[in-house]
Amino acid sequence: MNLEFEIAGGDFTKAGYASSQVKKMLKQLGVEAHCIKNIVIALYEAEVNVVAHAYEGQILVHIESDKITTKIIDKGPGIPDIEQAMQEGYSTASKKVREMGFGAGMGLPNIKKNTDKLQIQSKVDEGTTVEMVNYF
Amino acid sequence: MAPARTYHALTIDEDKCIGCTHCMKACPTEAIRVINGLAEIWSARCVDCGHCMRACPEKAIYVEQDDLQNAKAFKYRVVLFPAVMIGQFPEKYTEDQIYAALLKIGFTHVFEVEQPIGVLKSSIRQYCRTTENIKPHISTFCPAIVRLIQIKYPSLIDNMIQRKAPHDLGAHFAINELKKQGANEDEIGLFYVTPCNAKITSVKSPVGEKESIVDGIINMNTLYNRVMQAIDDKEVPDTSSQRQNLTRDGILWSLTRGESVHFGERSMAIDGIHNVIRFLERLENEEVPDIDFLELRACDQSCAGGIMMTGNRFLTVERLESRAKRYPPAWKLQQSDPVKNSKEIKQKLVADKIVPRPAFSLDKDRVRALEKMNKAQRIICFLPGIDCGACGAPNCQALAEDMVNGRAKMSDCIFLQQMWEDEGRISTDKAFRNVEKKWGEKRFQADCNKRGKRNEGF
Repeated sequence: MNLEFEIAGGDFTKAGYASSQVKKMLKQLGVEAHCIKNIVIALYEAEVNVVAHAYEGQILVHIESDKITTKIIDKGPGIPDIEQAMQEGYSTASKKVREMGFGAGMGLPNIKKNTDKLQIQSKVDEGTTVEMVNYF
Repeated sequence: MAPARTYHALTIDEDKCIGCTHCMKACPTEAIRVINGLAEIWSARCVDCGHCMRACPEKAIYVEQDDLQNAKAFKYRVVLFPAVMIGQFPEKYTEDQIYAALLKIGFTHVFEVEQPIGVLKSSIRQYCRTTENIKPHISTFCPAIVRLIQIKYPSLIDNMIQRKAPHDLGAHFAINELKKQGANEDEIGLFYVTPCNAKITSVKSPVGEKESIVDGIINMNTLYNRVMQAIDDKEVPDTSSQRQNLTRDGILWSLTRGESVHFGERSMAIDGIHNVIRFLERLENEEVPDIDFLELRACDQSCAGGIMMTGNRFLTVERLESRAKRYPPAWKLQQSDPVKNSKEIKQKLVADKIVPRPAFSLDKDRVRALEKMNKAQRIICFLPGIDCGACGAPNCQALAEDMVNGRAKMSDCIFLQQMWEDEGRISTDKAFRNVEKKWGEKRFQADCNKRGKRNEGF
């Protein structure tokens, strides 16, 4: 099962759509509630990251009977120092984004906490690709 | 009335149902399908919210109730009703006159369920204190919401407060009071008056409890009619002593924000099951800030908008709010005997753990579920996507899911049929029979009483 979603940078009204759709499907597959929760939290964080920082992005979801692989590819500023970005509380979000209640610097750490495998590739001024795998 | 397919308290009357899809479209859990021209409720998915009943133009969905005559077998005949009932009566009638009418009907004792509410309040507070790490605490007041979380949001099960509802409080309190007057427990008949069908199911087969405490259930609209026949606007005896444990907090408890004002630093109240669903989706995604307490109710304006209520819900709320002003707040009664001696009742208000009952998986086996999901996705490519409901399922997605589970066929979609006819893959006659099979022969007969003819439009 493959799913594809587009994300528009800067449009917070639509953040959360992909995670809700994926959640509905995982429930239909009978995946355990706790496991769904982790996936959905990670995916939502990833969605918000793209909306808050990038110009546009794409989510590719691949569901198998024992795992879900999610790839979030964005065109944006990229992350110069991934290790630093993985620290709790570190954020480069603009004041405007913070005022909307996002950008507390918990995004990437929260994703890591909620996935089994996480890979981040990034090129400054080009974009970032986040790949996460969750086993059911 | 021919009782057809029964589930919980809701029954569809086959003689009245015209298979018009209104209920199917209104159902928040996609639990209704139209088969052979009749609505059918899919029991595992039904949460008893009553929205189908509200939407039915033919009044074909009804709620079974117990016979008031059953009360005759008891020496002490107790009518237990939520305070919200009083709010329905025209203001010219006093509380005393309503109480007098209930006695005239044949009850010997009258109790409003929300007393003494302080006992339930402190029990819930206690629970919240001992489970600080699971936030937000979700109220279990509305049984339709409890069931919704069981079937659709199992990850939130642990957030539910393991405490019973005011009707349990009222029932235990009434029994205690009557015992004090010398009654034996088997001489007491408790009759609960319900504002909705969800409460019926929860009283008859309680969600986190073993057995029901009441002896019968009466629908509030039925009792309303009985009271209106018996009520007298003449001078009646003063019955205020029977309401000495009723408080402002108790009267407002079943209204929106009736609970949430009492618990947590940050609390929220949401009414209307569609609003609740949207919020729970967000809550599950952790898209909401830290909330301490969540009050969720299936009906708009909470119990004032209950399916078995007679009056306008906004007027009911207004009347109850002005009634509440005449009563003391619950804390003023904290030193009263019933509250101080409530240790035993308090113990009885502890409910068992609620278990999840997921009802949305396509197959028990995950590999097969995935296959079915892939298949449903392919089917959807061919469906029109306008969610017309003419197939007997609430939307195209639901039809595709029904198909992969063998509950529907491609030819149920009238658009696909039309296309097949055009392509010469199916004869007009066969196509016509298919629709007839789904919607019944009567659908095609001229009938001047059909919906629309009587100007029911907006």
